[in-house]
Amino acid sequence: MLFTSYGFIGFLIIVFAIYYLLPGRFQWQFLLLASYVFYFIADPRYLIFIAITSATTFLAAKKISDKKKSFDVWFKEHKKEYEKEERKSLKAKEHAAEKKIFLACLLFNLGILAVTKYTNFTIANINSLLSTFGRADGISFVQLIIPMGISFYTFQSMGYLIDVFNGKHEAQDNLFKFALFVSFFPQLVQGPISRYSDLSATLYEEHRFDWRTVSFGLERILWGFFKKLVIADRILVAVKAIIEDTNTYNGFYAFAGAMFYALELYADFTGGIDITIGVAETMGIKVTENFIRPYFSKNIKEYWNRWHITMGTWFTDYIFYPISASQFMMKLSKKSRAKLGNNLGKRVPVYLSSFIVWFTTGIWHGASWNFIVWGLGNFVVIMISQELEPFYRWFHSKVHVAGTFGWRLFQVVRTTLIMSSLRMFDCYRDVPLTFKMFGSIFSKSSLSQLKIDAFIEMGLTECDYLVVFIGMLVLVAVSLVQRTGSVRGKIATLKAPVRFVIWYGLFMVTLIFGAYGIGYSASQFIYNQF
Amino acid sequence: MEQLLEILGDLHPEVDFATAKDLVTGGILDSFDIVSLISEINEEFDVTIGAAELTPENFASAETIYALIKAKLDDED
Repeated sequence: MLFTSYGFIGFLIIVFAIYYLLPGRFQWQFLLLASYVFYFIADPRYLIFIAITSATTFLAAKKISDKKKSFDVWFKEHKKEYEKEERKSLKAKEHAAEKKIFLACLLFNLGILAVTKYTNFTIANINSLLSTFGRADGISFVQLIIPMGISFYTFQSMGYLIDVFNGKHEAQDNLFKFALFVSFFPQLVQGPISRYSDLSATLYEEHRFDWRTVSFGLERILWGFFKKLVIADRILVAVKAIIEDTNTYNGFYAFAGAMFYALELYADFTGGIDITIGVAETMGIKVTENFIRPYFSKNIKEYWNRWHITMGTWFTDYIFYPISASQFMMKLSKKSRAKLGNNLGKRVPVYLSSFIVWFTTGIWHGASWNFIVWGLGNFVVIMISQELEPFYRWFHSKVHVAGTFGWRLFQVVRTTLIMSSLRMFDCYRDVPLTFKMFGSIFSKSSLSQLKIDAFIEMGLTECDYLVVFIGMLVLVAVSLVQRTGSVRGKIATLKAPVRFVIWYGLFMVTLIFGAYGIGYSASQFIYNQF
Repeated sequence: MEQLLEILGDLHPEVDFATAKDLVTGGILDSFDIVSLISEINEEFDVTIGAAELTPENFASAETIYALIKAKLDDED
């Protein structure tokens, strides 16, 4: 059920009405039911997968948590009976027992993700290898269903399991409450990847109807619809035309396509998250923010702290840190320092861990080499900027531009251009074609190539481009205002007629200029496919 | 503490770590710095810091990092 479909709006109205009519203590149970109905409508078979992940993770985490508690109680009572070394050994034994349960659950659930998402990608690569060695008879592809949002809910569940294993919080005692944490419908299909400690704070509470909370939620939903329907789904028409006809649209047009896609992805993904956060907010539930004005970042590292934040912190906390802090890496660090010298040697573990993280980030986004190369492209850019740090320090000690508007603008434009270039891997069919199109920006762009008619032939009118341009200006303006606090909070302080004009205006603009009708199709959110 | 301040100073010469607070939430130490730091700590103090201990609270200031090292050295009972 697409967020922008009439079906979803109808579903939402029914859920919302029942949610506030029910006694508070039944609200979370009802949300679980609504979430499973939402998933059932998408495909009844999906339910089996999410139920298995919920049940296995719940049981493993509960077992680990109970073991921890009983061991702690026993250890406190008996520790004086043992010598220091014996105490260490007892703790290690307990840790190893918990680790067995933890690893079994982790591997089982990541296994489901790997099999459903990556089997055919692996077969395609094996077949390609076989054909290189002259074997024409490859392995047949298998028909597998990929449950909607599996990457998101698996990561969210595994984050919970890791936190329980690390003793960050206790396990949830109620299977159904945990099942709601995994399946909460607004964030099921495209995130954010919530942490249990964050989402559980408001998910199970009783919520009474509060007009301010509900209206703030509705405003956020409307803003999401505006971004998705007026901007993303409109510019999508031009993006599709550019990437589907590379013979016509190369050179400058490939550059324009990359820029259009940057805008589309931003409006699409942040719009979807606005709807998610807004829907949860109307029910008094707080979902973690996933973006902080990412296109205002001064470098790629900062960009990744501000774009798809919950995914970035997931990879940092659950992959980057465990790998970097592992015994293997510590040994490698010692060895590389001894062999390569302190300066170079200490970089080895950081760079190796980063490589693994970016490879994983790439493949998490999709089973294709495009995403892997995109991930590794990010790795290369971040490493280069890391290595250039001393140069930047030297540069700024000589040229005093840091902090000026011009320099800041340069940094923002640079980040946007680099990220948009890397994102071309999202767009084109395969890696060689992406490189070809990127190369064409430098080899084929010329003024003689540039024809205004070509943009019209992409399927959008002048009026459409004007709508997109104004929409983009609105996005920039809102982002600028947001730097000093919540925009909705500011609007709420204005007089009633002004508030009415703003929100009614946004509603009408979305209704009138939303991309519907002939030439448009209600488009899937880009991040739904991950 | 002196050793630790020296390691931190090598990471960011421009920061006065003796007084700086909120190193992680304030954006002074990023994930790369933290990983470099635990590798240096491992080298200098022979102390292993696990992934679960890499929290903003533990790395908020030179003092909190030192407290973490000290707790490790004293051995957690």
